[in-house]
Amino acid sequence: MTAYAYYPGCSRSGLGKPYDESLRAVFRHLGLALEEIPDWNCCGATSYMSISEDKAVALAARNLALAEQMKAEVVAPCAACYLVLTKAQHMMGEYPALAEKVRKGLGAAGLTYEGHVTVRHPLDILVNHVGLDAVRAKVTRPLAGYRVAPYYGCQVVRPYGAFDDPLRPQTLDRLMAAAGAEVVDYPLKAHCCGGSLMGTMEDIGVRMNFLLIKEARARHANVMATLCPLCQYNLEAYQGKMRHRFHEDATLPIVYFTQLLGLAFGLEPKALGLQRNFVTAEPLPAMA
Amino acid sequence: MQNGTTHCRYAEDVNPAFPTEIMAKPGGEALRDCIQCGTCSGACPMSVHMDLTPRRVIALTRAGLERDVLESATPWLCASCYECQVRCPRDIKVTEIMYALKRRAIEKGLFPKRSPIPVLAKAFYHMVAAHGRNSESRLVIELALRTNPLSLLKMAPVGIKLLRTGRMALGQDHIKDPKQLQSILDAMEES
Repeated sequence: MTAYAYYPGCSRSGLGKPYDESLRAVFRHLGLALEEIPDWNCCGATSYMSISEDKAVALAARNLALAEQMKAEVVAPCAACYLVLTKAQHMMGEYPALAEKVRKGLGAAGLTYEGHVTVRHPLDILVNHVGLDAVRAKVTRPLAGYRVAPYYGCQVVRPYGAFDDPLRPQTLDRLMAAAGAEVVDYPLKAHCCGGSLMGTMEDIGVRMNFLLIKEARARHANVMATLCPLCQYNLEAYQGKMRHRFHEDATLPIVYFTQLLGLAFGLEPKALGLQRNFVTAEPLPAMA
Repeated sequence: MQNGTTHCRYAEDVNPAFPTEIMAKPGGEALRDCIQCGTCSGACPMSVHMDLTPRRVIALTRAGLERDVLESATPWLCASCYECQVRCPRDIKVTEIMYALKRRAIEKGLFPKRSPIPVLAKAFYHMVAAHGRNSESRLVIELALRTNPLSLLKMAPVGIKLLRTGRMALGQDHIKDPKQLQSILDAMEES
């Protein structure tokens, strides 16, 4: 059994709860163990980096130091967490003075980081470690009738493009096809959802997310697969406001890719947190 | 340079140290390589909402027109999607430069005072320093109280839905020993 150091991120107990539930269910089903990094701290996301760069790197480095003690690869499902952890590694590699400062900072708390941690997104693990053949072998209820718009958003694929193309990614397309879904050609797949701007500049956020949904609907998608708690929320929770403002139906079920994969594996919708989604229209299974 | 209008700029408006200091920050190195092609502005999903497009921010930064850049809403509207950075034909790390500008605007107190975005960034920063983790619901409430308390009423329907579906944690999550994290952050400030 391969064990991973799990970095759930702060949204796990809130918006991202169904992501956590479905990720755990899918990994368990595939024989992959997730061990939570003990006492992990917030990654700092984009906000912390806007105030202090050095401290933002130190925040991420504390998590990397804790993960290094576990001698396992890190799994970070949230796009912002994934990016911040990888970015801290890149920055410590490129800027030795910064790395030295961060190591000193960690030392103040009795921690060390030698740089032996690999941070991976679950999409990368499913496609490149588990492999599509192994995924296909586990599919018992192929996603017939699911026309999926694969939405990557930005921070999983950019800027580093560690496991996929930063502008025209394909891994989620292939994974969803392996699960038996029809994958819609969706050119906005790596276009930004605005992230936390929905909370600060709602007008702008609603417009950006409406465009994403409009395009998916125009291409006859009947469900969108997402990789990030904030993308999922922005796209799902404001559909009423979109309809009101643009006088156009903007209904589209927005789910985590792990929820769709779990369905294809024959897992119970409740075990995948599907009862927590706001939009539960077809093709999603009816919830009791 | 608000709303795209052009004003005269004089020698005294220029801070010649500004571009050099931005270039000294991680990611700022290639600032002077810009050929003003506008790929960043074309790629940016936010440029239609910006007072200065990313291309103009780069040009003004390079020219040393610090106040125009730091008072602009543009760095704060950057959602860090990195599309400009990935597409830049001169390998300028535009997104990192936007971060450097945000930090400098905060340091110098020149950020747009009426924008809620710096308010959110600061609230987030302090919450993580105090507890080691952030709580989405508390952050949203704090932001609303500091900027537009009436917006809490408008948010209520979504809030109720989130509560009903078990997707809102009301408590403040925290790490076991926030002091240990604080000692790291303090050490970062000293060196």
